[in-house]
Amino acid sequence: MTRPSLALKIAALGGLAFLHVPLGFILLYCFTTEERSYAFPPPGFTLKWFGVVWGRADIWAAVGLSLQVACLATAIALVLGTLAAGALARARFFGREPVSLLFVLPIALPGIVTGIALRQAFGLMDMPFSFWTIVLGHATFCIVVVYNNAVARLRRLSPSLIEASMDLGADAFQTFRLVILPNVGTALLAGGMLAFALSFDEVIVTTFTAGQQSTLPIWMLSELIRPRQRPVTNVVAVLVIAVTFLPILAAYYLTREGEAVAGSGK
Amino acid sequence: MNAPATSVAATSAVRFAGVVKHFGAVKAVDGVDLSIAAGEFFAMLGPSGSGKTTCLRLIAGFEQPDGGHIEIFGETVEGLPPYRRAVNTVFQDYALFPHLTVGENVAYGLRVRGVGRAAREAAAREALGLVKLAGMEGRKPSQLSGGQRQRVALARALVLRPKVLLLDEPLGALDLKLREEMQVELKGLQRALGLTFVFVTHDQGEALSMADRVAVFNEGRIVQVGPPEQVYECPATRFVAEFVGSANVLSAGEAAALGAPARAASLRPEKIGLLAPGEAAAAGVAALEAAVVDVSYQGPVRRITVRTASGHAIAAVVPAARTVDVGPGAQVRLAVPLAALHPMEGER
Repeated sequence: MTRPSLALKIAALGGLAFLHVPLGFILLYCFTTEERSYAFPPPGFTLKWFGVVWGRADIWAAVGLSLQVACLATAIALVLGTLAAGALARARFFGREPVSLLFVLPIALPGIVTGIALRQAFGLMDMPFSFWTIVLGHATFCIVVVYNNAVARLRRLSPSLIEASMDLGADAFQTFRLVILPNVGTALLAGGMLAFALSFDEVIVTTFTAGQQSTLPIWMLSELIRPRQRPVTNVVAVLVIAVTFLPILAAYYLTREGEAVAGSGK
Repeated sequence: MNAPATSVAATSAVRFAGVVKHFGAVKAVDGVDLSIAAGEFFAMLGPSGSGKTTCLRLIAGFEQPDGGHIEIFGETVEGLPPYRRAVNTVFQDYALFPHLTVGENVAYGLRVRGVGRAAREAAAREALGLVKLAGMEGRKPSQLSGGQRQRVALARALVLRPKVLLLDEPLGALDLKLREEMQVELKGLQRALGLTFVFVTHDQGEALSMADRVAVFNEGRIVQVGPPEQVYECPATRFVAEFVGSANVLSAGEAAALGAPARAASLRPEKIGLLAPGEAAAAGVAALEAAVVDVSYQGPVRRITVRTASGHAIAAVVPAARTVDVGPGAQVRLAVPLAALHPMEGER
């Protein structure tokens, strides 16, 4: 085993610092007394912005909306993504390749294209922009994430497991509940969490599909333009980091365990 | 549960009548008629793509026939899904559920039938004892060796007391020693339980050593069915002769030249002897001049490939001790007992 050179170590540390030091600044300016600009070093420290955030109804409305949208979009994605993966993982039928490409397309396309397309489609259908148009917009790319995770796991699952289950007397529903779900469960969990995270901080598609509502990211963008009470956005950002960090960590460990279980079946 | 063979003597365990199965343009099974008796150990032997595995899957219910009729113990099963058939399968890759323990795997069939926990655990323990895996209930399949997984798959199928047990290349993934061990054990289990076993294999040795009857498949059809001795000794066609034990096939003309009736015939390599220089052939034995092309040493025997004056290649298997001085290029005289030539009905 060769030891990494000093230059490599410095480069690695530099890379990590570049990724994470900005997060530190977000945290730092939660406590600044200067509300118009981010001067370094901060002129003084205060906890008053946490109080301000607590008292602002618009922030909590945005958080609530974002949570609702993300939950619903993830739920839709879990159902449709799993069904699509089930259909495409093994079956051989005419048009299978184009269909699976179409499934993955929404995440490959720039969000702005998806956004404009959806906006025009909703307009053509005379659908007023609402909570539901945001959910539909988010579901388009959330499905991809769930589908990708589920299809990869399903392909690694031996097809004879399903036949064995039927052979031993289980009908389709029992087979799904007792054999398929336990084997793809962690993949769905990981896909679902990723979908939730994607939806929670989505800006572009939301901009095109929202009416008067503002989700949390939209609220943050509009807040950045204002000259006053800048640290409020920092406080919200820190809260979001804190809240999302735990589930992501959980998903990481859960899926890692899942890999071991699925791989050991060989 | 399974009735003794005597009371269902008239009913086959499995009956195929004119069964046809297509996959697109490919006729995987092309008009198969088949009758497997209750309590029989039945082998379906053939090269890959010969339709034997598809026949097994038709019995299990994983495939539905495109034509013909299938009965299991007198019951018509077309359209019945696998979970409504009294047959169970041991899969080639064992198909053990990786997220369940060995005990839970074996109890799975009872669980989906709504059997209580205590009863199904007791049954699973008993079935694992049957395959000599007592005490392994708590292990995960990943912690077992290939041979042990095979036994778990066997226990998982047997615990449901199926009327017919289907085995898909059951020994294919095991090494030689384990394979020979399992052959004996499978045969013993089948006799002890009195079940009908149907197994698919491409290994003629396996089929001959375990089965009561062998069906030889080729290109979606059964070319010969019979006890192992009959299939081996009297192959009906050139295909059976060459696939089962790689016999020599003589044309009508070659048979006539040896003094046998002028009909295409099979000739087992081990029936052929070598004549010492100057030794006269006994009565009923034809002597055949040939040049040695190749000699391969196989332990107790040597396989000698020769070419006759007419250019026909013939293989002979002779005791190794007799052939020390024979090498490629040598002229030998083969002793061919005329009684060992079996005319083949299926050939001109």
